[in-house]
Amino acid sequence: MRRRLLILFILLGLSDSVLAEEVYVAVAANFAGPMEKIAADFEKDTGHKALVSIGATGKFFAQIQSGAPFEILLSADEATAVKLEQGGNGVPGSRFTYAIGKLVLWSNKPGFVDDKGEVLKKGEFSHLALANPKTAPYGASALEALDHLGLLEKLSPKFVQGENIAQTQQFITTGNAELGFVALSQVQKDGQLSGGSAWLVPAKLYTPIRQDAVLLTKGKGKTAAAALMDYLKGDKAKAVIKSFGYDL
Amino acid sequence: MSKENIHAVFSLALSGFSLDVKLDLPGHGVTALFGHSGSGKTTVLRCVAGLIQAPGGFLSVNGEVWQDDEQGVFLSPHQRSLGYVFQEASLFAHLTVRKNLEYGQKRVPEKSRKVGFEQALELLGIESLLARRPEYLSGGERQRVAIARALLTSPKLLLLDEPLAALDQKRKNEILPYLERLHDELSIPLLYVSHSLDEVAQLADYLVLLDHGQMIASGPLQETLVRLDLPGAFTEDAGVVVETIVGAHEEADALTRLDFSGGLIYVALRPESVGCRLRCRIHARDVSLTLERPAATSILNVVPATVIGTAEAEPPAHVLVHLDAGGTPLLARITRRSRDRLGITGGLAVWAQIKAVSLLG
Amino acid sequence: MEPLNTVDLSAVKLTIKLATLTTILLLFIGTPIAWWLARTKSRLKGLIGALVALPLVLPPTVLGFYMLVVMGPQGPIGQLTQALGVGLLPFTFPGLLVGSVFYSMPFVVQPVQNAFEAIGERPLEAAATLRAGPWDTFFSIVVPLARPGFLTGAILGFAHTVGEFGIVLMIGGNIPGKTRVVSVQIYDHVEAMEYAQAHWLAGGMVLFAFLVMLSLYTFNGSSNRRMS
Repeated sequence: MRRRLLILFILLGLSDSVLAEEVYVAVAANFAGPMEKIAADFEKDTGHKALVSIGATGKFFAQIQSGAPFEILLSADEATAVKLEQGGNGVPGSRFTYAIGKLVLWSNKPGFVDDKGEVLKKGEFSHLALANPKTAPYGASALEALDHLGLLEKLSPKFVQGENIAQTQQFITTGNAELGFVALSQVQKDGQLSGGSAWLVPAKLYTPIRQDAVLLTKGKGKTAAAALMDYLKGDKAKAVIKSFGYDL
Repeated sequence: MSKENIHAVFSLALSGFSLDVKLDLPGHGVTALFGHSGSGKTTVLRCVAGLIQAPGGFLSVNGEVWQDDEQGVFLSPHQRSLGYVFQEASLFAHLTVRKNLEYGQKRVPEKSRKVGFEQALELLGIESLLARRPEYLSGGERQRVAIARALLTSPKLLLLDEPLAALDQKRKNEILPYLERLHDELSIPLLYVSHSLDEVAQLADYLVLLDHGQMIASGPLQETLVRLDLPGAFTEDAGVVVETIVGAHEEADALTRLDFSGGLIYVALRPESVGCRLRCRIHARDVSLTLERPAATSILNVVPATVIGTAEAEPPAHVLVHLDAGGTPLLARITRRSRDRLGITGGLAVWAQIKAVSLLG
Repeated sequence: MEPLNTVDLSAVKLTIKLATLTTILLLFIGTPIAWWLARTKSRLKGLIGALVALPLVLPPTVLGFYMLVVMGPQGPIGQLTQALGVGLLPFTFPGLLVGSVFYSMPFVVQPVQNAFEAIGERPLEAAATLRAGPWDTFFSIVVPLARPGFLTGAILGFAHTVGEFGIVLMIGGNIPGKTRVVSVQIYDHVEAMEYAQAHWLAGGMVLFAFLVMLSLYTFNGSSNRRMS
């Protein structure tokens, strides 16, 4: 009897490791919306469970360097993924671009942001929110766009910076900042603006925000991690990513 | 409510204790509030100070109304011209003795200052303590400073709440003379709370007896001490206070003769000079009675007296006998059997043998 | 590399300014609250005491988030400040000050309250019988006797404000010279992988915190000896 139980446990343990694994994923804040959907689909389709942590890419980098147990990073940029790959914490050759982010100027007030971004030139607002350009790629892109528009100097006194793009959105949602630069994915769902008013910043004003995924050494050889990397390249995931306003 | 008295009416109902007193006290001299703990004496003092407001109360001190709730009059403690000495000295720990003394004095308008700084120092013998902090004073020194501090506000009434209770006998003996000097040298009326009959006998002119929040007796000290109708309050310690004058020193026998209205008594040689007033206390248990003048006795002090009355005492084997010795009341404590055997009853002429006299001061 | 650049220095200056003003404000606001808490027999004592102590147990991000909402244009305080013509508080130095005052309140109120309670009734009564009115008593007796409590409260309030991060992050908006304090600056350095600069600031904070605690323990030790 005891022996049978033992076998049963071994089988259960085995089946667990073969059939349904968990994978720890660090996800850039702008990708939180699509990732929620993708993770749900992923579990339904493969039986594996994706455990998602949302945060700033820079913070994740520091944590991974210090041995954080993440197996995959969905970065908000290309550079961080490259650095990890070269620094030995990423698996060489695993890196790919899973989405190209789009910058949007957004306000929670309908009609506040016009479809040409004229509101920026008028400057009739007290706070312009953006993510910290030093740590968040969308913040850096916002600076780049403003520079191209020749408005950087004029508007920088009105900057308020979120620690990451999600906090930036929070500043705007609560109305403390009248408008700000966020990722299109945060304010768009199924091809529709989810509220307020927005101006899609033209792609020529900033370098494309290539967002790379990289398999980390902690995830090397793990079935679920490999499965998720594949899944992100699949059509089903791509459709979700596009629906949130990313290019591919 | 004349100008020369203290009139107080307080009633309070607290959980487990109620106070209900109506007092008419002399506006001068030392009035002792005497009673066991829980009798309400401290509460009365706190009501007088305004630290407690007894609703519906009334208080006037030598013509000044401090509380009259019917008229909506209630002066806060700091608006009353009083001094208060607490059981523990309550000196301000962050101030030197000098600053403690000046604290109250400088808050009194200059023209109202009647007690001088030097006078207070001298009166309480604290000249050498000025620079010290309270933590470096002995208990007795602290209490003397506290008394001087209260005096320096030149109060119209000085309240003392068992100022000696927290001190040992040695310290008590150190302070009592200073309190007596207060009595003799300042014309500030004192309300003195105590549960020690010795202190009361030494200091008080007037006595208020409290029990369970009620006043059970009040009157001049000598009269009140010999009242036989009072329930057991004094039984154990019953005795009288006799005012005497030093009559002569008989150095050959190392004795001092004290004269009083009822005769004379001898005590061991005293330092006071002839003519000084000296108060002494004679306990009832130290007085025995004979019908004849005793011829052969070792007892030195024997005075003639007349029996005023007798009363039961505790334990039941004893009775108290109230005597009049030439105008001075005396108490004797004898057995019931002796009373019956000698046929002691009102009007009888007897001889009182005094075995011991305690000298106060 | 330069140990501290101008941005770092301005963060240090801003932090000191914020902590100093917060401490001064807290001594003015916290003292009456501490006095009331120490003296009252009201049933509200528990309620007010709990409210004051709330920041001790709440994550700063919770406080920061609600402040962002309450002081925002739709929030009650936001409506009030707009009606008063001072605009909105988030992303401003005064806003940070309000947040810090609330957040550091228990660190000042509690030591002062304890000091008040330790004084007891008797010195106040003694002062009253020496002709000192309530205000007079407060300044001539209570304040000097409660000095160790005030000092402890001021040091803790100051240090706690210096170390504040969550609220500043939530309502500050990271504006250089206005709301970017040292703790946020360290965070940014770490996120931007500028570890050397992070070390200068973080090491400085460690040293500062140690000196604060050292002075507190030294002072309390010596004053305890003096009291006994």
